Amino acid sequence: MSREDRPFIVALSILGGAYVVLILAMVLANAQYVTRKGLVGFGTPEIQFAIWFSLLTSSISALVSTVIAVPLGYLMSRTEFRGKRLLDAVLDIPIVLPPLVIGLSLLILFQSWPGRMFQKHVLEVTFERPSVVLAQFAVACAFAVRAMKITFDQMTPRSEQVAMTLGCTWQQAFVRVVLPEARRGILAAFAIAWARSFGEFGPVLVFSGATRMKTEVLSTTVFLELSVGRIEAAAAVSLFMVVIAMGVLLVLRFLGPAEAVGRTVRP
Amino acid sequence: MIALEWVTVRSGGFSLRNVSFEIPTGGYGVLMGKTGSGKTTILEAICGLRTLDEGTVRLAGNDVTRQRPGDRGIGYVPQDRALFQTMTVRENLSFAPSILGWTRNQMDDRVDELSALLRIAPLLDRSPGGLSGGEAQRVALGRALAARPKILLLDEPLSALDDETWEGMIDLLGEVRKATGVTVLHVTHRREEARRLADRVLILADGAVRAAAPADLQEQPK
Repeated sequence: MSREDRPFIVALSILGGAYVVLILAMVLANAQYVTRKGLVGFGTPEIQFAIWFSLLTSSISALVSTVIAVPLGYLMSRTEFRGKRLLDAVLDIPIVLPPLVIGLSLLILFQSWPGRMFQKHVLEVTFERPSVVLAQFAVACAFAVRAMKITFDQMTPRSEQVAMTLGCTWQQAFVRVVLPEARRGILAAFAIAWARSFGEFGPVLVFSGATRMKTEVLSTTVFLELSVGRIEAAAAVSLFMVVIAMGVLLVLRFLGPAEAVGRTVRP
Repeated sequence: MIALEWVTVRSGGFSLRNVSFEIPTGGYGVLMGKTGSGKTTILEAICGLRTLDEGTVRLAGNDVTRQRPGDRGIGYVPQDRALFQTMTVRENLSFAPSILGWTRNQMDDRVDELSALLRIAPLLDRSPGGLSGGEAQRVALGRALAARPKILLLDEPLSALDDETWEGMIDLLGEVRKATGVTVLHVTHRREEARRLADRVLILADGAVRAAAPADLQEQPK
C-alpha cells in the first residue's frame, strides 16, 4: 500500500470498524449482565426443556430445509423454464417478509378450510409442537435454497456432463458426481438453516405461542424471562444463544459455499 | 466413423449453419477455428449435450441424433478436464465401467491397462486436485477411454501445457490411437497439433466447416 492510498484505507477501516465495535460491544454488554443468579436459571426445568426443544426443532427444520433446498437449488441453477424469475422472487418472500407476518400467514393458512381439514384428519399443528418446526422451516428453508443455488452456480456443470457421456443418466450423475462435489455447500446450507431456526422468534411466537414446557424455544425464553422481569436469566439465555450462533458461524467460515466448491470451479 | 449431416445449432446470437463433415473409422480429425467460432459447440452436439435445431449426427454408422449422451459410445475430454474431484485417479478411471456394470476384476484389469498405456500407475491413489496439467490430462484421457468407446472427442487437450509436456502428449495421443483404433475428433487452434496428428483437418469459420489438407495448413488463416 502506497502512502497516498493509506488515508483511503484508514477511512474505510474506521467506517467498517464502527460496526464491528457495535457487535462486540453488544456481546460484551450481554456477557457483563450475566450473573450467577442468571446462570442458576439454566437449571430450571423450563429452560432445560427450552434448550433441548430448541436444539431438536432447529435440527429437524434444518434437516428438512436441506432436503428441500438441494433439489430446488439444483433446479434453479441448472435448468431454464418459463416463470423462473418469478419463482426466484417467490423463493425470496420468506427472506424479505417481516417474521411476524410469516407467523400470521401460517396461522391463517391453518385456520382455512384445507388447513382445518389437515389438522382434523392428519396432524394438530397450530399451537402444538409441530408448529414450531413448521414456523422455523418456513423461514430457514429460503436461506438454505439460496445457499444451495449459489453452491451449484459456482460448480461447473462440466463434471456432470462428462459423467453423462460416460454412461450416467442425469439422476446418476447428480447422485454420484454432483452431490459429493457439493457436500460442503450442503453442510453450509444445513448450518445456515440451523442458525436461522435456532434464532427464530416472530413466527414461533405467533404460530406456536409461548407455552412453557410445550412450545417454548430459547428465543421465546428470552421474551418470557424479560416479560416477568428476570433480566439476568434473559441475558444468560441470550449469551448462550450468542455462543451457539458463533459456533455455527465459525463452521460456516470454514465450510462456506465458495470454499466448498472452489476446487471444482478451477480447472 | 463420425459424421455430421447438415447440422444447425442456434444459441442466442450464435449459430452454426448446415455443418457437414465426416471422419472415417480409425481416423484422426482435427477441428480448427478461432476462439468463439463454435468448436466446442460441435463437440457438445456430437456428445448429445446440445440439442440440434436441424441435422443428423452419425457415430459408427448409427444415427445417434436423439440418443442420450451415455448411449452414444463416446469418450469426451473437455477443455477443463472436469476430473471428479471427490474421487481418486483410480476411481475416475473406473467410473464409466462401474456405471456400465463391469465386475471388479474387469475394472481392475482395465485400470491396469490404461495406467500402463498412459503411464499414470504412480498416480492411481492420488486425488485429482494435486496433479500437474499433463498428469491431469492423461487421467482425463484414461477416464474417457475406460469403457472402450469407438469415438474420442478432445477439446483443446494440449492447451496450457509447457513445450516438453506438449511434445510428450503429442506422442502419447499417437500411441493411444494406435493401441485403441479409436476415431478421434480433436479441437485446437494450434496448427502444429493438426500437422502432427491429423489425417483430416476441418476449418470452422463463420459458422460453417470446410476441409483442408494437413499439408496446406501454413496457408490457412489462424
